[in-house]
Amino acid sequence: MHPAPSVIVFTTLSGLGFGLLFFLGLGLPDVSGWVAFVFFAMGFGLAVGGLLASTFHLGHPERAIKAFSQWRSSWLSREGVAAVAALLVMGLYAALLIFLDVKLAPLGWIGAVLCLATVYATSMIYAQLSTVPRWKTALTPALLLSISLAGGALLAGQLALAKILLPIAAVIQVIWWVRGDTALKQSGTDMASATGLGNIGSVRAFEPPHTGTNYLLRELVFEVGRKHAVKLRAIALVLGFVLPVLLILIPFAHALALVAIVLHLMGIAASRWLFFAEAEHVVGLYYGKR
Amino acid sequence: MTQLPATTQRKLGLVIDLDTCVGCHACVVSCKGWNTENYGAPLSDQNAYDGAASGTFLNRVHSYEVQPLATSEMPHPAAQLIHFPKSCLHCEDAPCVTVCPTGASYKRVEDGIVLVNESDCIGCGLCAWACPYGARELDAAEGVMKKCTLCVDRIYNENLPEVDRVPACVRTCPAGARHFGDFADPESHVSKLSAERGGMDLMPEQGTKPVNKYLPPRPKDQMDRAGEVDVLAPFLEPVVEEPRGFLGWLDKALERI
Repeated sequence: MHPAPSVIVFTTLSGLGFGLLFFLGLGLPDVSGWVAFVFFAMGFGLAVGGLLASTFHLGHPERAIKAFSQWRSSWLSREGVAAVAALLVMGLYAALLIFLDVKLAPLGWIGAVLCLATVYATSMIYAQLSTVPRWKTALTPALLLSISLAGGALLAGQLALAKILLPIAAVIQVIWWVRGDTALKQSGTDMASATGLGNIGSVRAFEPPHTGTNYLLRELVFEVGRKHAVKLRAIALVLGFVLPVLLILIPFAHALALVAIVLHLMGIAASRWLFFAEAEHVVGLYYGKR
Repeated sequence: MTQLPATTQRKLGLVIDLDTCVGCHACVVSCKGWNTENYGAPLSDQNAYDGAASGTFLNRVHSYEVQPLATSEMPHPAAQLIHFPKSCLHCEDAPCVTVCPTGASYKRVEDGIVLVNESDCIGCGLCAWACPYGARELDAAEGVMKKCTLCVDRIYNENLPEVDRVPACVRTCPAGARHFGDFADPESHVSKLSAERGGMDLMPEQGTKPVNKYLPPRPKDQMDRAGEVDVLAPFLEPVVEEPRGFLGWLDKALERI
């Protein structure tokens, strides 16, 4: 799949933002006044910034409002509804906390659940697609949720939790990669089933439909950078999980925590790039590209 | 609404005969022509006149080489070249419809045609991700998703002579490799043809239940079966083993060097 920068930025930032808002909704850390303002501003900045970035890949962003209508069937629509609900509830909770010094804990809990629901809906947009066997697994929501929670704990200063959540996310990440590498083969979709010609013999793409490229090849049959996949996986693991854990194991300092967060974000961005770049869409079979 | 209808009254679709298709691409051209000039946004091209041309097509013809496995009876089976037109299969369980966040994609209850309401499409591209067949393409000029409409603006069009009320690809196919009809009617031309020739689904394991059926190529003559040499073959053996005349002289001269 084409690793569109807008989608990588969106899933990375909004995942972290909703992770932070989840912990703020639970009252971790238990902040008020200006400190709360800064924490919530970060959470909303990341979540909303990510959501705005995601509109850049739309052909008609001005019609985006229509995307809230099909929540009965569409995970993308559900994601939009959940995101707006989470932001509204958390916004109300934050405003009461910051400006009126009123803490409505149940409202925060509802907001926290909605934040997780948003990340889950995002992950299901990918996990629902039979056409991308690497994504079509319950491990995909587990991966995105665990990364969101680990990053959120790190950003919320919940270091005791981050020490547990970061390694859990790292393990799920590795399992997700290992499973993903054989997912296309396991799916049973190959050139024989794509063309229905397998019972005659082995099928080879002889001539593509056109001499030039097309939307399908650009969007779904991305092949650049696969050769660096192993290196990028190592970078994602080290930056995203190993170094942040090491940094917070050292006696706590704000400066180190900041470094840990920046490294974590860079690692997750690399992991997210691979999430798309390595994903094989079955339509590539028609072009002999798998 | 992007929920799929439980059933449709009719199941309009195509039968594509892989045995008959000659790979002329006339269906590609007629499709592009009709659908650029009629319903919905035109099918644009980008950089049409330089080296990096690319454009939107609703129907594309692939070509595959199929190499049968060698057996003791057939040590050198001939490879087959099979032309493979591919457009929207108007699936019964169309995954492209249910993923649509705006309701722009829908499957019609009356005839099962899968369509895009272009004024509702936000161009997110998720339906193209959900389609295993590559039947949907986002138009780079219009920013909306384009797909085969089964020429919905021809098949019911009373301004056209009756013979033209079929999809443009079917009407134009010079080999008669494309057939249009209602699969819900077991007595229809396409249902009978599909039953007779073993019409198959593409990627059945994807669970999309395509309406369009592909007819597999008929078995080929097997001239190269071991031990079944043509009766005329002995007459075709070389008459002269040793070259004579000028070529003989050249052969000897070259040997000496």
